[in-house]
Amino acid sequence: MEDLRRRLDGVSWVDLFLWGLRIVIILLIAVGAFNTLTSGKYTITTWISLSISGLAQGSIYALIALGYTLVYGILLMINFAHGEVFMSGAFTTVFIANYFNQTGFLNTYPLLAILILMVIAALVSMSVAVLLERIAYRPLRGAPRLVPLITAIGASFFLQYSFRGFYGSGFQTYPTVTALSGTFTVGKVTIPVVQVVVFFAAIALMSGLYWLVERTKMGKSMRAVSEDKEVAALMGIDINRVIVFTFAIGGLLAGAAGVINGLYRPQGVYFFMGFIPGIKAFTSAVLGGIGSVPGAMLGGLFLGVIESIGPNLVLEGLGIDGANQLKDAIAFTMLVLVLIFRPQGILGERLSEKKA
Amino acid sequence: MALLEVNDIHAYYGNIHALKGVSLTVEKGEIVSLIGGNGAGKTTTLRTICGLLHPRGGNIQFDGEDLSRIPAHHLVGKGIAMVPEGRGIFAKLTVLANLELGAYTRNDKEGINEDLEKVFHLFPRLAERRTQVAGTLSGGEQQMLAMGRAMMSRPRLLLMDEPSMGLAPVLVDLIFATITDINKTGTTILLVEQNAHKALQVASRGYVLQTGEIRLSDTAVALQNNAEVRNLYLGIE
Repeated sequence: MEDLRRRLDGVSWVDLFLWGLRIVIILLIAVGAFNTLTSGKYTITTWISLSISGLAQGSIYALIALGYTLVYGILLMINFAHGEVFMSGAFTTVFIANYFNQTGFLNTYPLLAILILMVIAALVSMSVAVLLERIAYRPLRGAPRLVPLITAIGASFFLQYSFRGFYGSGFQTYPTVTALSGTFTVGKVTIPVVQVVVFFAAIALMSGLYWLVERTKMGKSMRAVSEDKEVAALMGIDINRVIVFTFAIGGLLAGAAGVINGLYRPQGVYFFMGFIPGIKAFTSAVLGGIGSVPGAMLGGLFLGVIESIGPNLVLEGLGIDGANQLKDAIAFTMLVLVLIFRPQGILGERLSEKKA
Repeated sequence: MALLEVNDIHAYYGNIHALKGVSLTVEKGEIVSLIGGNGAGKTTTLRTICGLLHPRGGNIQFDGEDLSRIPAHHLVGKGIAMVPEGRGIFAKLTVLANLELGAYTRNDKEGINEDLEKVFHLFPRLAERRTQVAGTLSGGEQQMLAMGRAMMSRPRLLLMDEPSMGLAPVLVDLIFATITDINKTGTTILLVEQNAHKALQVASRGYVLQTGEIRLSDTAVALQNNAEVRNLYLGIE
């Protein structure tokens, strides 16, 4: 008894509450999953196809998440307007995609058409990201960290309503690419072609980025700048150039993700479309450990899968109606849980005093 | 004409007047030591020379060119390299990657490899650990890495900020011996040190900095025999 009391001496009420919370959450997940699995409502095929669609969605999150994580790695700042960078590419290209569809180009040469669309979207998003850095963030480089954060939120509204001004407030829809609309079957699992294409397109882009960061001179200077800006400057690295490059790469990936997203979920293209994917991607970046490139990739895929199987697996088992509509609740619960229990994310390092 | 001429520079941190008209010269081929107590402005002087801080008054001439307004990242290309205070190595990168960053502005692959061999010859420990992440090196090895990295740009002027800080005596001797070696190969050195004793031993001339002003300047030998220097900085009664 005495021993127990001594052990509890250093534990605050908050710690106890958090431990309680942990146990409750684990119990809820366990009970929910147990109920669902024993009810026999879903077969293993269902889980596999849910995971595959989760991976496809998650790879899109991962592409956007890389933009958050790269900028954070260099400037220790969350670019909350990054969802709008994604929107700018996706929204601009939807009109071109529809034009390609009308002229028949899209379905005659689907691969070429999609590549062109991706390049255009990437260029648009890249320009938006670079201008954002130049106009909104660079003048505030030396300011306290809250200032650029609030500016980012302002810039995000500015971009939303500018694009609403350019393209109107209506909803647009990406055309269907016939070559991607089929399905194929592996064993008992039926997989839509588009999901596979989305996943591998995203993986290809991410491999490209990984090569760039790990192998090229620019990548090396990015890593040097993220560690120590002053010493990097002493090596002869132009810090501003590296920062612009980082924003540009983040924008490029987000723009390409805009087109990939349009293939996967053609509907709902409008000026506010960047908000939810933006926040989900931010969640992914935090989940993987913000600042870490592999972390953002992993976090995105993980979030996509959790969001895809979570509602059916856990929420249904707990007797919640319409579980499928609670995807977002799962994603944001994840964000809160990560921030409470593992703020450094899966692959992140513990935040040092300097960074925090 | 001297390689480096610092003329009456004034530098500020916010509103704090850190350098109040510092002037010094470094001739080609020399080792010049800048000594002084904590907060005397030694580091600030180096930061101003290498462009991390711009002077509000006065000017800095390097080989006849005014450096006062040139941003830090252009100075390596002009032949100035810095071994920063606290070493400033890139802890997450490998030893080799750190050294390669030292040659960031160069494009002559053969010359870079040649210099890499020279650095490995100067510091065999770095050669053994070339694939190791720099953060795992010991303090002395990190100092060697910082010096080797600076050498990778083939500098004409090497600025060194407290290279002996926090090192065991045996390593301090090694570092100073290396400083002399580097100088013998033709690199001019401006050395900032708390360890005035060692700094004056390797230098040909020295300056004593006190609260942002040059207090004394003379040959190293004369400074070693100066009563005030002996008393304040060498700890000899």
